[in-house]
Amino acid sequence: MTDAKSQSFAPPPVVWRKAELLAILSETPRVKTLWLRVPGWPGHRPGQHVDVRLTAEDGYQAERSYSLASAPERELPGRENVALTIERLGDGEVSPYLTEQVRPGDRIELRGPIGGYFTWAAEDGGPLALVAGGTGVVPLMSMLRHRARLAHPAPAWLLYSSRSFAEIIYREELEGLAEKGDRTHVLHTLTRSAPPGWMGLRGRIDREMLATRIPPAAARPLCFVCGPTQMVETAASALVDLGHDPARVKTERFGPTGA
Amino acid sequence: MSDLISRGFRGKRRPAEPGRVPPGQYETRDFPVLSAGPTPRVSLADWDFRLTGNLDRERRWTWEEFRALPREKITRDIHCVTKWSKLDTEWEGVSVETLLEGVQTSAEYVLAFCDGGYTTNLPLADLADGKAWVVDTYEAEPLPPEHGGPARLLVPHLYFWKSAKWVRGLRLVDEDEPGFWEALGYHHYGDPWREQRYWND
Ligand SMILES: Cc1cc2nc3c(=O)[nH]c(=O)nc-3n(C[C@H](O)[C@H](O)[C@H](O)COP(=O)(O)OP(=O)(O)OC[C@H]3O[C@@H](n4cnc5c(N)ncnc54)[C@H](O)[C@@H]3O)c2cc1C
Repeated sequence: MTDAKSQSFAPPPVVWRKAELLAILSETPRVKTLWLRVPGWPGHRPGQHVDVRLTAEDGYQAERSYSLASAPERELPGRENVALTIERLGDGEVSPYLTEQVRPGDRIELRGPIGGYFTWAAEDGGPLALVAGGTGVVPLMSMLRHRARLAHPAPAWLLYSSRSFAEIIYREELEGLAEKGDRTHVLHTLTRSAPPGWMGLRGRIDREMLATRIPPAAARPLCFVCGPTQMVETAASALVDLGHDPARVKTERFGPTGA
Repeated sequence: MSDLISRGFRGKRRPAEPGRVPPGQYETRDFPVLSAGPTPRVSLADWDFRLTGNLDRERRWTWEEFRALPREKITRDIHCVTKWSKLDTEWEGVSVETLLEGVQTSAEYVLAFCDGGYTTNLPLADLADGKAWVVDTYEAEPLPPEHGGPARLLVPHLYFWKSAKWVRGLRLVDEDEPGFWEALGYHHYGDPWREQRYWND
């Protein structure tokens, strides 16, 4: 963490922008991806997030943070398009609105990009060891998409924990990346239930998985761990136990989302 | 304020006590954990707390010496820049005022430094007058490592990233210099009531 200064940059002003919702994709039964056109969007580094602000008729406002899922290189036409991937929490305030109530054409206020530490871009090199739980995969997906768009030579591993097969976010896109033969390794573990004949891993991400499924400390991978607090805490401290340099283990916790 | 109404949005976490939670924040009962890297490990035998930089002479306390200083119980609301606020959190520790007793300095700013390399900058005035503490106890238990144990700074009137976890000392400096998050685009001061989240707020 000591190298923050050397990474410092003059960030663009973080101002509220009125984004237009272009399209909604269903990722899993509880997860949607929103494609937004953000006028004046300054671009981002994979791993950064935005703040979204909702306003009720009486002026009451709620703000939450959401990671940018898209690569900085925009896939849809238009340089101002970004994607967010949001999980509906049954009793939540903002996520049920963003996954169930909005429709294309709606306008949504957001500002960003925010956060400059939990980021990876081509010039940072590799290898990449990405460790995700649930929606923690979102900022890591931005990194993988960026890497794929650039055909970046650094090998990448994603160790990704989901509750069940149906709850794996980006499953087909990840399969596609892994099959491309560009040294992308995707390892799924399922914590609650697995379909018959499941060949992947079972159970929560633990020291054993981190010791055997991603590159060892000697390979000096850049580790990014993102997900629910307990998972991040366990994985980050196991990585340090396994000899990884704490300065190369970056973490992001999504706050009081349980999961 | 915004002129954009979110169609059909009603909101369900309106504060029970208006005025208690700053703009853009919502109340949570959990205590979420946020940090940029792994939780650092330090043994109490190696722990110390230092005052360095521009002052008449450096000060240093071992863990035992720190624990023997006059202690205070503190109950305050805390506000994290990631939007959650937690009300009436209970801490115990040593007031920074107590640590600064007898210190002669012309410095106006402080850079708090921590295990793991984290830093954060604050005006010295914001640490004086019983506005800030170094705490080692949360809800009557030793502060857990993921929440900054053995000891963290507590500066409840600023966003919680200023309440540096794993704090090991304060460097008194003449010029304000950005700490870890401040160098990455977060606000230099971080007043939640003025919603100073990012550098240009
Ligand atoms: C940097 C960052 C990036 C993030 N990226 C993503 C992302 O890419 N995708 C994503 O889906 N999420 C992401 N999150 C999480 C997101 O910001 C929200 O926390 C999440 O969507 C839940 O918001 P909500 O309003 O739906 O739920 P909230 O209303 O905030 O509630 C969250 C949970 O806490 C409980 N809770 C909170 N307050 C109370 C209360 N007063 N009373 C009772 N229960 C309460 C609820 O039971 C609920 O399950 C990110 C968070 C951060 C900090």
